[in-house]
Amino acid sequence: MYHKTLPYRIFNVINTCFLVAVALMCIIPLIHVFAVSFSAKSAADGNLVGLWPVRFSTVAYEKTIDNPVFLHSLWVSVKRTVIGTVGILLVACLAAYPLSKENAQFRGRSVYAWAFVFTMIFNGGLVPFYIVIQRLHLMDSFWVLVIPGLVNVWLIVLLMNFFRGIPKELEEAALIDGAGHLGILMRVYLPVSLPALATLGLFAMVWHWNSWFDGLLYISSKEDYPLASFLQTVIVSRDMSSMNFSKQEFDLLSQKTINAAQIFIGALPVLVVYPFLQKFFVKGLVMGSVKE
Amino acid sequence: MRYLRRTWPFHLMLLPALALLIVFNYVPMGGIVMAFQDYKPWLHISGSEWIGLDNFRALFEREDSLQVIWNTLVISVFKIVFNLLTPFVFAILLNEVRVRFLGRTIQTLVYLPHFLSWVILGGILVEFLSSDGGFVNRVLHELFGIPPIFFLGEGDWFRFTVIVSEVWKEFGYGTIVFLAALANINPSLYEAAEMDGASRWKQTLHITVPSLIPMAIVVGTLSLGNILNAGFDQIFNLYNSLVMDKGDIIDTFVYRTAINDGQFGFATAVGLFKSVISMILIVISYRLAYKLANYRVF
Repeated sequence: MYHKTLPYRIFNVINTCFLVAVALMCIIPLIHVFAVSFSAKSAADGNLVGLWPVRFSTVAYEKTIDNPVFLHSLWVSVKRTVIGTVGILLVACLAAYPLSKENAQFRGRSVYAWAFVFTMIFNGGLVPFYIVIQRLHLMDSFWVLVIPGLVNVWLIVLLMNFFRGIPKELEEAALIDGAGHLGILMRVYLPVSLPALATLGLFAMVWHWNSWFDGLLYISSKEDYPLASFLQTVIVSRDMSSMNFSKQEFDLLSQKTINAAQIFIGALPVLVVYPFLQKFFVKGLVMGSVKE
Repeated sequence: MRYLRRTWPFHLMLLPALALLIVFNYVPMGGIVMAFQDYKPWLHISGSEWIGLDNFRALFEREDSLQVIWNTLVISVFKIVFNLLTPFVFAILLNEVRVRFLGRTIQTLVYLPHFLSWVILGGILVEFLSSDGGFVNRVLHELFGIPPIFFLGEGDWFRFTVIVSEVWKEFGYGTIVFLAALANINPSLYEAAEMDGASRWKQTLHITVPSLIPMAIVVGTLSLGNILNAGFDQIFNLYNSLVMDKGDIIDTFVYRTAINDGQFGFATAVGLFKSVISMILIVISYRLAYKLANYRVF
């Protein structure tokens, strides 16, 4: 038994320590930013903060929550995430159902399937897409954050593979009872697919919450940015025009602590849904990869 | 007709997705004709001057675009290699942790960065890696007395940082497929090896590693399609004028030439060049994955 040999035991101790160290490295930057966000200006500016708040202070959060631009982008993000996720799931369910049928039952299927898959491997690129958005008068509209993302081919493929695992007998029985396909989708397929839909929903939520480039590119007034785009301009591009403080306040507040607070609030929803996501997505990945 | 009567609900259900696909995916594909034009926004596509392959000629003659292609290749090749090797090794090591609770906790922590966006991580890393008293430089200085390193302010360090932080973000997520493959190994193989007195190292070398090779081939070949994708989100949120020469990649270059400089035709040509090569590579890699490891998406 190798488990009992001394070399293996030594290896096991070293290995476990190593893996724990690696795992900690994955969250240390996050802990650091958390610590900075709750530290006093002097401590943050003096680079004294490590992994624990120094001279605990909640000023950065108070100031962040007082910023109407920040609050409005938070609201835009919530709106796009909720509406976008519901939309993505709706479109995905409707599309995945027919695509999950056999070619014999639905002869046009492979044509449709290729139309979807082709968009995964080729696209027109940034400039033509930008012009299409312009021509559709979607620029500066909230809906530019929702509509172009409604069709998520990857999620459709995952859902299609899941639908394929549902026993055909269920569908046949419902057809004999006189149900239509929409009825079968709603009353037979969806109820048994709830775990899969939860997984896909969480993926869509995280995707929407994290999306920043569309806001940056298609919305010109910073007041209407989603939170991710707001953070991009304030923190990464260091554009201070949308921060609402005066010169005097600037001296009292550390840009570092405010940035940290904003980053942390931006990451919070993902951190909150993460345990659920974690639980589902391993299953979800396996689910999508089930082949016939 | 009878056929249509049976299948019309299918077509109807696909209609919303298909309509959106046409508007937001297929119509823009028509816009690639701009790559062959000296496109001027006020003249639109119909009125802009056709210049044949001039934009593509410029792509291969301009020093900046050649540098950008080279940067993209260097960064993405390193990313692909380490995004394959790291999860491979990590999964094997993690599989040796017998305390379930500990193994689960480690897994949970290493997946986490995958779900955070590069805006968040970029914001964190800029501060975390700062040469002016950033956390990492402070630790390096206190432990080893190393002078401040310009992780994001010096070309070669920038490439290094981009590659390492990408692997840091993604290796945990990449581990999942290998852990799934490990769970599928037939336990009787290990039992037989045990009977023959094989050490754990020998078992790993002759059972575990060979069992993971098919999955490694799939992951490796499928990532070929990303060879011109050096990671727009990441670079865009980390780069700055100091590291343009070594850190600028095709996607960021397209963005800047189009949005900042207004060279729409040229930017479209660069994008098209990237799209076409990527498409060819994706098709080849999927065929390879199918041939070598019998992998299929559908």
